Amino acid sequence: MSTTQEKVKVRLATTSLAGCFGCHMSLLDIDERLFELAEIAEFDRSPLTDIKHCGPCDIALIEGGVCNSDNVHVVRELRANAKILVAVGACAINGGLPALRNRLDVNDILTQVYRDPRTGEPTVPNSPELPLPLDKVYPVNEIVRVDYSLPGCPPSGDAIWKFLTDLILGRMPRLDYSLLNYD
Amino acid sequence: MPTADPIVSAIVEKYRKNPTYVLQILREAQEALDWISPDTVEAVASGLNIPRTRVQSVVQFYSFLYDKPRGRYRLLFADNITDRMAGNIALFEHMLNRLKIKRGVVSSDGLVSVDLASDTGMCDQGPALLANNRAIPRLTMRRVDEICDLVKARAPLDEWPADLFRVDDNIRRRETLLTPITSGVALDAAIARGRQGMLDEVKRANVRGRGGAGFPMGRKWEGARNAPGAERYIVCNADEGEPGTFKDRVLLNSFSVRVLEGMAIAGYATGATKGFIYLRGEYKHLQAKLQREIDEMRADARLGASIRGCPGFDFDIEIYMGAGAYICGEGTAMVNSLEGKLGRPRVRPPSMVQVGYLGKPTVVDNVESLAHATEIAIEGGARFAKRGTRFSTGTKLLSISGDCERPGVYEYQFGVTIARVLEDCGAKAVSAVQIGGASGVLLTPDEFSRRIAFEDVPTAGAFMVFGVDRDIFEVARNFAHFFAHESCGFCTPCRVGTTIQRNIMDKIAEGRGARYEVNELKRVVEFMKRFSHCGLGETAGNAVRDALNKFRPAFERRLHAKDFAPAIDLERALEPARRITARDDAEAHLETES
Amino acid sequence: MAETTFNIDELPIPFTPGQTILEAAKAAGIYIPHLCYQPEFKAHGGCKMCTVMVNGKPQTACTHKAAAEQEVEVDTPELNASRRTLVQMMFIEGNHFCPGCEKSGACQLQALAYEYEMLTPHFVELFPERNIDASHPDVLIDYNRCVLCELCVRASRDVDHKEVFAIAGRGQDARLIVNSPSGKLGDSALAVTDRAAQVCPVGAIIVKRVGFAAAPIGERMYDKNPISAEADSCEIPEAQ
Repeated sequence: MSTTQEKVKVRLATTSLAGCFGCHMSLLDIDERLFELAEIAEFDRSPLTDIKHCGPCDIALIEGGVCNSDNVHVVRELRANAKILVAVGACAINGGLPALRNRLDVNDILTQVYRDPRTGEPTVPNSPELPLPLDKVYPVNEIVRVDYSLPGCPPSGDAIWKFLTDLILGRMPRLDYSLLNYD
Repeated sequence: MPTADPIVSAIVEKYRKNPTYVLQILREAQEALDWISPDTVEAVASGLNIPRTRVQSVVQFYSFLYDKPRGRYRLLFADNITDRMAGNIALFEHMLNRLKIKRGVVSSDGLVSVDLASDTGMCDQGPALLANNRAIPRLTMRRVDEICDLVKARAPLDEWPADLFRVDDNIRRRETLLTPITSGVALDAAIARGRQGMLDEVKRANVRGRGGAGFPMGRKWEGARNAPGAERYIVCNADEGEPGTFKDRVLLNSFSVRVLEGMAIAGYATGATKGFIYLRGEYKHLQAKLQREIDEMRADARLGASIRGCPGFDFDIEIYMGAGAYICGEGTAMVNSLEGKLGRPRVRPPSMVQVGYLGKPTVVDNVESLAHATEIAIEGGARFAKRGTRFSTGTKLLSISGDCERPGVYEYQFGVTIARVLEDCGAKAVSAVQIGGASGVLLTPDEFSRRIAFEDVPTAGAFMVFGVDRDIFEVARNFAHFFAHESCGFCTPCRVGTTIQRNIMDKIAEGRGARYEVNELKRVVEFMKRFSHCGLGETAGNAVRDALNKFRPAFERRLHAKDFAPAIDLERALEPARRITARDDAEAHLETES
Repeated sequence: MAETTFNIDELPIPFTPGQTILEAAKAAGIYIPHLCYQPEFKAHGGCKMCTVMVNGKPQTACTHKAAAEQEVEVDTPELNASRRTLVQMMFIEGNHFCPGCEKSGACQLQALAYEYEMLTPHFVELFPERNIDASHPDVLIDYNRCVLCELCVRASRDVDHKEVFAIAGRGQDARLIVNSPSGKLGDSALAVTDRAAQVCPVGAIIVKRVGFAAAPIGERMYDKNPISAEADSCEIPEAQ
């Protein structure tokens, strides 16, 4: 054990559900502030760490809406293990672009997309390994309780940094006018 | 199928091509043609020389006008909570089965459609339905079968057994108003007092509006009388749409002398020479009778010019039918509807008394209020004011329904206790009483010593009794559906708020609600109360709020153990994909989190 | 002679008889949020954004006349929270997909949401099924974005004298309809130069072939300044 007290690091988990990963890219846009973050935080389950399942953590950042059964399992796991859950970006907050499919019947979409090229017969994949799509794409707050929302498409690196530091320091996250965007 | 043009032309001509009658024209066109087709829309629009959108917007606003074929027979089951308690849903489903149709969808041969509707004013003799707007109460399986047979035989409605359409008065208790008067006596009495004298008596009587708002009638008449200009109008509010209210139905059926002469007296005191009865579409069965009476009154100088020989006392009455929109019971919305517009409430100020029908000073009074004018004319305001309480003078008609032995119309002096009313109507083991309709208050036994009065428990008359076996959550949910259906849509808080409220109640009913929903309901109810445009939105959350406060366990026993549950049924959300992939393995299902 | 004044948040504000609270506030440089109000049209009172407390009662500032001794509350935490709730309700009612909308950055609904710090629409999304009408050569309607403010209805009726638009239906079925044989814009009397084609405060009625070129991100109407700071916050951005 070193002589200096080791601070307990904030545990962060992240995931991208029905998202484009743009919010994760934006997280990385905090650039050299990553070093600062690394001093005080460590990542649990996240595409950045490739840890497959979440343990107890402090803050979970959810990108993307909920579009299939696997998304539901993932978001439930994060909700069960995180003290604070943040919906990040348009898709997590209101369904975003993938939710544009909501006015269409999901079966129409599947049968249009998956067809035998020769016969035109629908060949919708039915392997048990594939998660089934839900009838609609849902915002995260319609599946689990969400504590905070950070809008943007994606929110800028500055907005994510401000939000994260507010949360970590125990402040109500506020975004300046220039940092609050839905697009 | 008759073509639209000649039929529509005739109707448009009958109404002198006046666009304010577009609602009447459309009602009659649908009566003849069974629906308002695009051709009919064009014919009406060109006949009245108005844009087609004005016609389309009216068709889509009112529940009884259809822009899709709904059959020659259009049957609507009343779906107030009292109808449910009387078993309407079983009868409704039985009819759907017998006719082999789905709710709201016309049969493949275009003959008939069946759907649900808001309260039709028959709570004392429910379940009830409307057949092409004609009321058929006291439904039983046998009656439903009889109706199905008549429909299948394509029998014209005029030839259906008259007993089907019999509507009883069910008067259980009278005081002073529910006593007959000889025609002309009240008019003579008013004339003897003179216009100013009559107005003074109404003020002395301190009589307040009987439609729910309770505005002092004398002050309203005086405001109209003093308003500048020569034209004024009297509008008799016979829309009686508040669920549980049916007392005006009885007044119009059996005491029409009081109502019609009361209108003329209002004209006399205010200087108005024209009156409308805005009669709700659900009371179509009263239209012909009232019209005959108006014609008789004209014939014996009780209407028309120089009434009862009094020079200058000119007054006439016209009936204007509603078409299934509760919001039209709101005074300013009613006047908009009379002008051929959507029944959406106006911005106030100015009040109707200043700027009303066609911009002229207008008195909008409830049927019962106008009936009281005949009492005041005959006995004077001081005698009238001796009845009731100091702040609520005179008597009140209550329409009592639900879990009681003797539903019907009861007249009491203001100040009667709820306990007394319950005793008189034969209500035992009462869990709660909803007074004032869906927008009123829910009272529990510890409050039954309270009194019916404006200063205590005000009401236009609706008094619904719920026995100890009733699920008060379902009462509140029924009302939540009502408000979402009846919201006019003008303002966001009510248009969206009533939808959110209804959806949350449905979610809880399906067993998918959590404590989160209870908090959400409180927020939405509070928000609608403060930010809505009119009384509908302001009171739309009352029943849910009261049910939460006084019957919270009825909600709680349906809630999840967890604080939060998903907005949708996730298992059901996976159903389409399960079907198309024909999968049933474990991963093809999503369980509710426990 | 002393001016007649009424109080907004306890500050005396002058007014001339006949002015509404909103008009008097604007003249004094005080911002009251609004969406369906435009000074050139008769006040509508429908969106409820301009609701203020007048002597303790909620009233719409756009329709309520100012009067001496009135106590008006505008900038209170409760009212601001309610304004946010109102905007949230508008968002979930339609399909407001900001990232793909040509009006983003110049949209009054979005700007009000920023003003009241709406971070999430909160309520369950209704995801209604609404259409796009692209039949007109120059003007597009995306009904997903319509908030029923009736500005286009009033403009077409009172300024263009064409009555192209109307509101039909009741409650959640209320919607904008077009006066034409087909019900679409293509065979209506609407022209791109009509006031009705320019007046939409959100991205519902859009002029074609402008897309996102109206202004780059950073230079759009509300990019730099919130809607409350606009000198003339009623101004609908110039048509594109």
